[in-house]
Amino acid sequence: MIMIDWSGYIGLILQGALVTLQLTVMGCALAVVAAFAAGLGRVSRFMAIRMLATTYIEFFRGTSIFVQLFWAYFVLPFAGITLSPMQAGVLALGLNVGAYGAEVVRGAIKAIGREQREACVALNLTRRQAMRHVILPQALPLMLPTFGNNAIELLKGTAVVSLISLNDMTFQAQVVRAQTGSTLIPFVTILVLYFAMAWVISRGMRWLEHRVTRGLDGVRA
Amino acid sequence: MTAPIIRIDNITKSFGRLTVLDGLSMNVMPGEKLALIGPSGSGKTTILRILMTLEHINGGQIEVDGGQLFHMEKAGALVPADERHLHTMREKIGMVFQHFNLFPHKCVLDNVTLAPMLTKGVPRADAEKNAMVLLDMVGLADKAKSMPSQLSGGQKQRVAIARALALSPKIMLFDEVTSALDPELVEEVLNVMRKLAEETDMTMLLVTHEMGFAHDFADRVLFFDRGKIVEEGKPDDIFSHPKQERTQAFLRKIIAAGHRV
Ligand SMILES: Nc1ncnc2c1ncn2[C@@H]1O[C@H](COP(=O)(O)OP(=O)(O)OP(=O)(O)O)[C@@H](O)[C@H]1O
Ligand SMILES: [Mg+2]
Repeated sequence: MIMIDWSGYIGLILQGALVTLQLTVMGCALAVVAAFAAGLGRVSRFMAIRMLATTYIEFFRGTSIFVQLFWAYFVLPFAGITLSPMQAGVLALGLNVGAYGAEVVRGAIKAIGREQREACVALNLTRRQAMRHVILPQALPLMLPTFGNNAIELLKGTAVVSLISLNDMTFQAQVVRAQTGSTLIPFVTILVLYFAMAWVISRGMRWLEHRVTRGLDGVRA
Repeated sequence: MTAPIIRIDNITKSFGRLTVLDGLSMNVMPGEKLALIGPSGSGKTTILRILMTLEHINGGQIEVDGGQLFHMEKAGALVPADERHLHTMREKIGMVFQHFNLFPHKCVLDNVTLAPMLTKGVPRADAEKNAMVLLDMVGLADKAKSMPSQLSGGQKQRVAIARALALSPKIMLFDEVTSALDPELVEEVLNVMRKLAEETDMTMLLVTHEMGFAHDFADRVLFFDRGKIVEEGKPDDIFSHPKQERTQAFLRKIIAAGHRV
């Protein structure tokens, strides 16, 4: 029986973990931007903006991340936009999860009741001021738990990028498996790593939630 | 002779098929303290909400302090008001709500300073100084740093009054501001309003079921039923010698329900 030197292979998987981490962080950043843009767009008083936001949300929720990724990587070049695998991955993941996040943003905004809005009118705030100083600060704590779930979904979704030959953690595990013939060790390793990353996200979100709700008791009914 | 500060001219208001106000006209003089009374559903709240531009009207015109509320002049014609016009009109009017509607994520002081800072560009230091004067007037200077959730209902409502006053509106609207309060907290809010009525020349419109308070507070009482003014007059006349059968019946019912007149 041949002894395998695992340290080199684990190193490969850790390199993949770094790629997965990058994808997750940048994808989440894009998702948050897209979620707020589209979520606020959904409650805009301008119909054109509402329709644009709705189209984006419905399109990205109605097609699979798999198809979106292939479009970003293989079809966009025909339109003159060539993306690196990392860019295509971030774009597809960010816009996909952002579409789900947009509905969370919209729902949280709607959950802040009529009474708060009317107080803003009576105090002569503009819609923008009301949104920024009264509605969003109260809506944010309502969004965070679901945002946390979305971030974990995004993390789990990163594995699809191996399909466009980006060497993320899952891709590297398959490489190691092919080279060593061992399935158990690489896949146990990535299982643990995925779980650890998800755990960090969920802890981080809980910490954030705790921070933004401080002194806010009574807001969340 | 001074001109009315509010002129309501033949307005109609419907919610779907339900017509709540049908050709209502009334005037309010500057500095006048007006009490609007009447049975539930008679349209009292709707009138205040229309004046605060929280509801639009289906017909008629309203003039506030010399300007059209829902219309503006453009090339000599009256056209529906845009956002900007509504903002200039809202500067003249403040409203206190039945359920206070404080901003729960802001401390008492920030609740009071937010609007002056945002809408009038008042520097924070000045806004806070003015807010402390107002909080002192409503007896809550020591609660400036408290969160709304830490206050009683009566305290919340007094903060809401200070918050509305911070914009120094010419007209204040009060919609049943004590009816969500425990009975023992009603008086502290009414005291603040008495003080306001005595010490300022603000025009005040009050919707209330507290007949005793309406009697002491108002210069004129309007009795509404089904969106129409059935009877109006000085508090003594309305409460002691109501002429209309419907007013008499309403007051009898209120007294039977244990309210003080
Ligand atoms: N947003 C709305 N949609 C539909 N109907 C409404 C709405 N607001 C008020 N109404 C109806 O309009 C009528 C007048 O309501 P309003 O609240 O002005 O009465 P009110 O005199 O203030 O009564 P109360 O003493 O119970 O507060 C009622 O029949 C009410 O149901
Ligand atoms: Mg009412």
